[in-house]
Amino acid sequence: MTTAPSIPTLPIIDSPIHPALTNVSLPSFVDEHELPSREGSRVIQFREALREAMSEEMRRDPRIFLMGEEVAQYNGAYKVSQGMLDEFGPQRIIDSPISENGFAGLGIGAAMYGLRPIIEFMSWSFSLVAADQILNNAPKMLYMSGGQWGCPIVFRGNNGAGGQLGSTHSWCVEALYSNVPGLKIAIPSCPYDAKGLLKTAIRDPDPVFFLESERMLGDKAHVPEEEYYIPFGRAALRREGSDCTIVSFGRPVNFCLEAAAELANEGISVDVLDMRTVRPLDSAAIVRSIQKTGRVVVVDQCWPFASVASEVITQVVEKCFDYLDHQPLRVNTDDVPTPYAKTLEQEYLPHKRKIIEAVRSAVGKA
Amino acid sequence: MSAATAPTMPKMPSSETLKQAGRVGSSPTPSQLLPDATLIRWLRDMMLIREFELRTMAAYQQAKIGGFCHIYIGQEATVVGTFAAVNHDDPVVTAYRDHGHALARGMTPEACMAEMYGKLHGCAKGKGGSMHMFDRPNHLYGGHGIVGAQTALGAGLAFAARYDWEVLNKAPGAPVLDGSGHPADRPRTPAGKKVCLCYLGDGALNQGCFHESLNLAGLFGLPVIYVVENNGYSMGTSIERGTTMAHNLVLKAAGYGIEGIEIDGLDLLSLYDKFKPYADRCRENQRPGFVDLKTYRYQGHSMSDPQKYRTKEEVQKYQERDSIDRLAAVLMSPKGEPAVGGHLGRGCLSEEQFKDMQREIKEEVRLAVEFAEQSPSPEAAEELYTDVYANPQPGLSSIRDYHHGVRNSLL
Repeated sequence: MTTAPSIPTLPIIDSPIHPALTNVSLPSFVDEHELPSREGSRVIQFREALREAMSEEMRRDPRIFLMGEEVAQYNGAYKVSQGMLDEFGPQRIIDSPISENGFAGLGIGAAMYGLRPIIEFMSWSFSLVAADQILNNAPKMLYMSGGQWGCPIVFRGNNGAGGQLGSTHSWCVEALYSNVPGLKIAIPSCPYDAKGLLKTAIRDPDPVFFLESERMLGDKAHVPEEEYYIPFGRAALRREGSDCTIVSFGRPVNFCLEAAAELANEGISVDVLDMRTVRPLDSAAIVRSIQKTGRVVVVDQCWPFASVASEVITQVVEKCFDYLDHQPLRVNTDDVPTPYAKTLEQEYLPHKRKIIEAVRSAVGKA
Repeated sequence: MSAATAPTMPKMPSSETLKQAGRVGSSPTPSQLLPDATLIRWLRDMMLIREFELRTMAAYQQAKIGGFCHIYIGQEATVVGTFAAVNHDDPVVTAYRDHGHALARGMTPEACMAEMYGKLHGCAKGKGGSMHMFDRPNHLYGGHGIVGAQTALGAGLAFAARYDWEVLNKAPGAPVLDGSGHPADRPRTPAGKKVCLCYLGDGALNQGCFHESLNLAGLFGLPVIYVVENNGYSMGTSIERGTTMAHNLVLKAAGYGIEGIEIDGLDLLSLYDKFKPYADRCRENQRPGFVDLKTYRYQGHSMSDPQKYRTKEEVQKYQERDSIDRLAAVLMSPKGEPAVGGHLGRGCLSEEQFKDMQREIKEEVRLAVEFAEQSPSPEAAEELYTDVYANPQPGLSSIRDYHHGVRNSLL
């Protein structure tokens, strides 16, 4: 008989990035006020900002490739990847057949092997047919393998009502997907952030779900020439006020800013917080704002039941209950499948009027 | 029947049968060119898997192992023969009946058993269990629990391996791919052509993911071989009741532009002889493959399967063609004499050597069980919130912060 086995002691991992991922260089992040100016004359579209983010990172790192439906020869169903085939060639800008589960899983396998895939869903609505791959494989690989393999991948595409597309094509997936540990979710509201967040998403060693909006792709704003990265988990204060805090993310941030401008005419001043990532969630920024205002309205383009708004309000109650002068309120889309008719779809969204009414109610001026 | 008993010599085929099989008087087959030591190692690998699985069943019955547990006994020739035909650094991914893949790829029985025991020294720190055997140093990209889900990963592994060879070799300053199992801090050497082996059961043939993956593999020219471990049953549903064209599965692959082959999975030597040149072609041409590898599991689908869907006689019929017995018979038959299955005897293994090997393996597996017993369980305070994010940040959870735990014992 051989002697009993010896059980070796296992050392604690002391690196900031898990050793399953090597050759990771996180960008050096700076505080919001140190970022290049948001004012300027280099005005480009949201879609161009996304393209610049991908192209800059692809020039830096040959491991990155872009795959999705119509991304190459068609130049992108929404022209996000226009011209990228010409620059990077067919081995790195790859048209996939309509096969979301297949190419999402292909991306995950490639990420495990060490590539840095960007997988484009024409719409996040179509990601539902890839749910097994993106929810069961990507976010769980590091855990299930006991820390042997990570999954550095970006899934990106249009999220939310695109404009009379009906209920199957108008999904907002942040509520569904943010429930799953192991993934990160970024959701920009403007071209400047879109570029800075997407560059961070590509550099991040974890799976990132990057939610864009068809309705914002044509939005124009100044995007600086110089390179910059926006860190995950840090909200941006889009407008400063003292009477109420509005928390939002993605396209509805723009509705909030419209509402805030009108509320200012009524003498109500609000903080508008753009979360930029919902997982991680910058709850410290929310708490700081509520400590000042005592009131909060969460504006969320998902359905209300078990939504991100629900999570935000839960955390608010857990972390700053004593500062609240009014119960937290939420403005979600209406709790029905997305309608087709223009009148119904318009009303269904968390639009300006609903936000104004909620804020008035929160500050007692309803 | 198990390897615990010495093999019985099957009936010798007539010389006429051998001539028809083309094994006598023609050019040597790939396996005939291999040294005796290699074939003895194959036999040992199969015997190790079988002994390991017997101990797994015993441990499961003692409730030392939890969850679902799928036993590989009967199918051993599949992994041993197919792995022998590829290189150690070719990526491999499989489904949940994965203990055999782990052991045949080189995972220690200790790490494999400790994983099923849910212990910290298991291959996945006790976080994966029986269905999730991962072994990065041995390029095993997991056992995967969802039927067919690994077929897309196989396409991705092949895509990446080809990309490494085709794109990164030409990119100045390209880094070593960190997930490929190589130490990433070494300087990059040009990547060679690889071929990925992606295993699936016959039940996975009916999953959408499988069809999408075959289409992508055929379309993009991905060097992945889909090895269908066709044991005839998806759980309790026979293949005829579950899939069309069960008698001619290669036609499914043909629909995706992939030239598939059928292989008898119970005869290790003919399996290797057929699979080796096929895998070489897939590697050389960087094209996908599809193998209908006909095998059989002696045990139920999982440990909780009463097996009412098949007869004892059917199981027995396959056990009479047991792959371990057959290879042992070839190795033990006099050199150059017709042995079994059209193979010529090797005369390289005595009955005594065979029994010594059995004893060694028994002891090796016994020690693995002891190791698993003694390895500590992961503590919730230390290991529950680890390995969730590679880059943990504040705000990722509303409950607790994530952190890194202990380093995986395989790394």
